[in-house]
Amino acid sequence: MRKISTPYLLLLPGVAFLFTFFILPIINLAQTSTQTPVGGGDTGQFEQTLRFSNYLDAFLENREQFGRSFVYATIATLLALAIAYPLAYAIALKGGKLKNFMLILVIAPFFTSFLLRTVAWKQILGEEGFVVPTLRTVGIISDSTTLTSTSFAVVMGMTYNFLPFMTLPLYASIDRIDPRTLEASGDLYANGFTTFRRVTLPLSMPGVVAGTLLTFIPAAGDYVNAAILGSPNTKMIGNVIESRYLKIVDYPTAAALSFTLMIVILILVTVYVRKAGTEELV
Amino acid sequence: MSHKVKDATIPHIPTGARISRWIGRNLIRIYAVFAFTYLFIPVAYTFAFSFNDSGKSNLIWKGFTFGNWQNPCGAPEVCTALVNSIKIGFLATFFSTILGTMIAFAIGRYSFKGRSTSNLMIFLPMATPEIVLGASLLSLFLVFKINPGFWPTVIAHVVFCVSFVVVTVKARIASLDPRLEQAAMDLYANERETFRRVTLPLVAPGIAAAALLAFSLSFDDYIITNFNSGTLKTFPEFVYASAARGIPAQANVIGSAMFFLALAIVITGQIVGRKRKVSA
Repeated sequence: MRKISTPYLLLLPGVAFLFTFFILPIINLAQTSTQTPVGGGDTGQFEQTLRFSNYLDAFLENREQFGRSFVYATIATLLALAIAYPLAYAIALKGGKLKNFMLILVIAPFFTSFLLRTVAWKQILGEEGFVVPTLRTVGIISDSTTLTSTSFAVVMGMTYNFLPFMTLPLYASIDRIDPRTLEASGDLYANGFTTFRRVTLPLSMPGVVAGTLLTFIPAAGDYVNAAILGSPNTKMIGNVIESRYLKIVDYPTAAALSFTLMIVILILVTVYVRKAGTEELV
Repeated sequence: MSHKVKDATIPHIPTGARISRWIGRNLIRIYAVFAFTYLFIPVAYTFAFSFNDSGKSNLIWKGFTFGNWQNPCGAPEVCTALVNSIKIGFLATFFSTILGTMIAFAIGRYSFKGRSTSNLMIFLPMATPEIVLGASLLSLFLVFKINPGFWPTVIAHVVFCVSFVVVTVKARIASLDPRLEQAAMDLYANERETFRRVTLPLVAPGIAAAALLAFSLSFDDYIITNFNSGTLKTFPEFVYASAARGIPAQANVIGSAMFFLALAIVITGQIVGRKRKVSA
């Protein structure tokens, strides 16, 4: 017989590790968020005063960046879904012998550092790249229009960088669909579009939910794309948290912003998962 | 077969119609080609500019050279940063693969009290934005007066890699045919032998995939590292810091080399996996 203690022994090291370096820091973050600077102290010295209005101040001061983060992340997620769904569909249902090879192609860009790829986009879309002069010659954009340092570039960068996170779960769930259900739909006189809408799409919903979450969550907290491809006018909440923490050394505000970001994302995720009706996530 | 018969019964289809029919049939494949092109544009750009005879700033094409590949450490700091990233990557992979695999076996193989809580604890780090993970860990280290640097970065990487290892290995465990283990037991293998001779070899490809995933996540991480590395510079941090004034071509060499190395590992893994399946 298997011993009852076995699963607990297996769990113990990992769970203890995650408790120490994930749960405790989050608790600590919550504590930091209500601190205030020590009167007459050095920068970086704070004391606990349970000042909950830190949250209100931090939010009001940065509501523009908050709004931008969620708008950018939402657009990037929808774009990634639109680009990745047909791709995942092609790999799963039309891939044939090349299926595994195509899957490798999806993850392969990962292996070049994502920062190098983002910098590459910056140079491709920049003034010295070939895209801007071409578009200007053709007359699609005016001479004064630039592509980098715009919200377009930031959203494009996020869409690009998180695309594999969208494609892989979509592929997994489309690949799991029994092809006979699609044949059955055709036998019952459904045309291609109806089959897609009534059979393929509903059956691939777990992949849509997992993919959108895996894209939206990192996108909402991202600041690398905004820092490299954007301008001061495209700052996201991640940029604010980063500079509050590492440059201005204003830990309470940074902590309040981080905590707010986390809570908002958790609420959105819970509501979304409930609505989408999939509980099977991990 | 049926296509041939059909084509024979309809003798003359205009070329234009034939082309549009072909496009209609292969639309999704044509789309896939475009999507892959999009995915690989910056990779190709990075690779191309690794051959740029650029001098300091690798912004404009100045001429072809193998010089950067012959001397990948030619730019200051770039190889120190690379070595840091590799060291951190290996340590983070080692620890997260062990911890994650143990958790995956516990959750995937046993039902016990607290299983759903453990599941939640695995899911939460994945649902937390990196910036929150990084910032909260940094504040914990500051409370305990631990200076950011090498080991804090390793710990931070293990935190976000563990969950991905658990998910990957668990998926593999779930896909195992339980009859294989039953067969081993029927053939008088005890529990330990069954695990060592049957279960573990079957789960091994999942563990290998998880380790590869953990390494690439760690090697590529910028946000969490930036919070916890202090003055230590990893390769992504090096690229980020040099992005403003143009990254040296040597960084492109390293990025491209990593790309081909990882691709070779994955493809070898696929071929070995297929051979095993054939011989089994």
